[in-house]
Amino acid sequence: MGEVKVIGASLSIICCRIEWALKLKGVQYEYIQEDLRNKSPILLQCNPVHKKVPVLVHNEKPVAESLVILEYIDETWKENPLLPKDPFEKSTARFWARFVDEKFIPSAWAACCAQEHEQEKAVESAQELLGILDKLIEGKKFFGGETIGFLDLVVGSLPNWLKFMEELSGIKLFDAEKFPSFHEWATKFVEIPIIQEHIPMPEDLINYVNTAGLAKTILGSAAMANKK
Amino acid sequence: MAEENKVKLLGFWVSPYVRRVELALKLKGIPYEYVEEDLKNKSSLLLKYNPVSKKVPVLVHNGKPLTESLVILEYIDETWKNGPPLLPQDPYKRAQIRFWASFVHQQLFETWLSVLKSDGEVQEKALKEVLEKLSALEEGIKNIFPEGIQIIEHENVGLLDIVMISVFGPYKVHEEVLGLKLIDPEKTPLLFSWLTALLEIPVVKDSLPPHEKLVGVLKFIRHNALNPTSA
Repeated sequence: MGEVKVIGASLSIICCRIEWALKLKGVQYEYIQEDLRNKSPILLQCNPVHKKVPVLVHNEKPVAESLVILEYIDETWKENPLLPKDPFEKSTARFWARFVDEKFIPSAWAACCAQEHEQEKAVESAQELLGILDKLIEGKKFFGGETIGFLDLVVGSLPNWLKFMEELSGIKLFDAEKFPSFHEWATKFVEIPIIQEHIPMPEDLINYVNTAGLAKTILGSAAMANKK
Repeated sequence: MAEENKVKLLGFWVSPYVRRVELALKLKGIPYEYVEEDLKNKSSLLLKYNPVSKKVPVLVHNGKPLTESLVILEYIDETWKNGPPLLPQDPYKRAQIRFWASFVHQQLFETWLSVLKSDGEVQEKALKEVLEKLSALEEGIKNIFPEGIQIIEHENVGLLDIVMISVFGPYKVHEEVLGLKLIDPEKTPLLFSWLTALLEIPVVKDSLPPHEKLVGVLKFIRHNALNPTSA
């Protein structure tokens, strides 16, 4: 159904969402690896507004922003639908996807980068949101129900990312005892072959950051000073 | 109205997020009950229906609540199929609309708020960013309106138009409050003609809050931001 390219970065916790979606639908694609410190002309041409990955290019037409791309993929390739048919359930999935991207990720990030006097409050906020995700997955096999859905793809790389951020910052967020349902889902999800093939591993993220000397850039000087 | 199709909207008149949902309901001809919230004294209804963020808008359809304005707009489009569609059929065109709607909703609006709430160098920087983003939008929508914009019919008003109007419809108020040009017909002619064409449509024009009232509120917000009092 036309030529598909994914412009991405292998350690990106967002780009993997796109590869998972395409693999789940059996769509062949060419992967173009970006060096985000030296962005290629292709990336700048395909995503001139944000200059970010991932970008999906289908029949030479680019689509940017991961949630927009996921919906495009779901509407273009109808096998193994990611979103439910029912409008209310679909809206619920979309709501939670936005929650993850606009509230949870920034909050977890802030907790790991917080200055000492703000740390407790920031960690509490992030854990409150993690608690919401934990409740959401309670008693379910996947966020999508019986099969992998939209929200599973959106949340999928987060447990590894949290482990990475925790190691980098010395802050503990994802306590398996406090968030048992989320922990159970995370453990099983990462073992699914399609997922495992394209998931950034915490050790690879740490190695990259340490090799490239990016810890300070990511955490900020204040958080570096707090590292235990 | 029949119990099976009851629609309630919890809102606040100043909120552009609420205004966009109301406009969508009006464009589709969907009857609804509007409940104005006092955001300093949130109702038990709001707290029940949106315990996560406790914000408006909340659309309640047959007793089931929905939040997040862009999510609500898509829900409205998918549920009420007899009114004019808010999104095109083609997946690529839908992706373009979603991309730009998100851009206006998040990037542009947030930077615009920074302009409103700051002064001096901080404001200058934020304003520069807004104008750059407006330029990017001007460039980006050339693909959506390849023949330019003269007249927009009521039934062709879509999701991106609604989001744009909810944020920049009152641009003259913004320009008055801040004493600067925001939508310049020379710098961003397409954006200017887009807003002008949309504001010709009665239901769209009526969705704007009253000019003087909004001037008052924005001045108040700006004043509070620049003169914070300790709680």
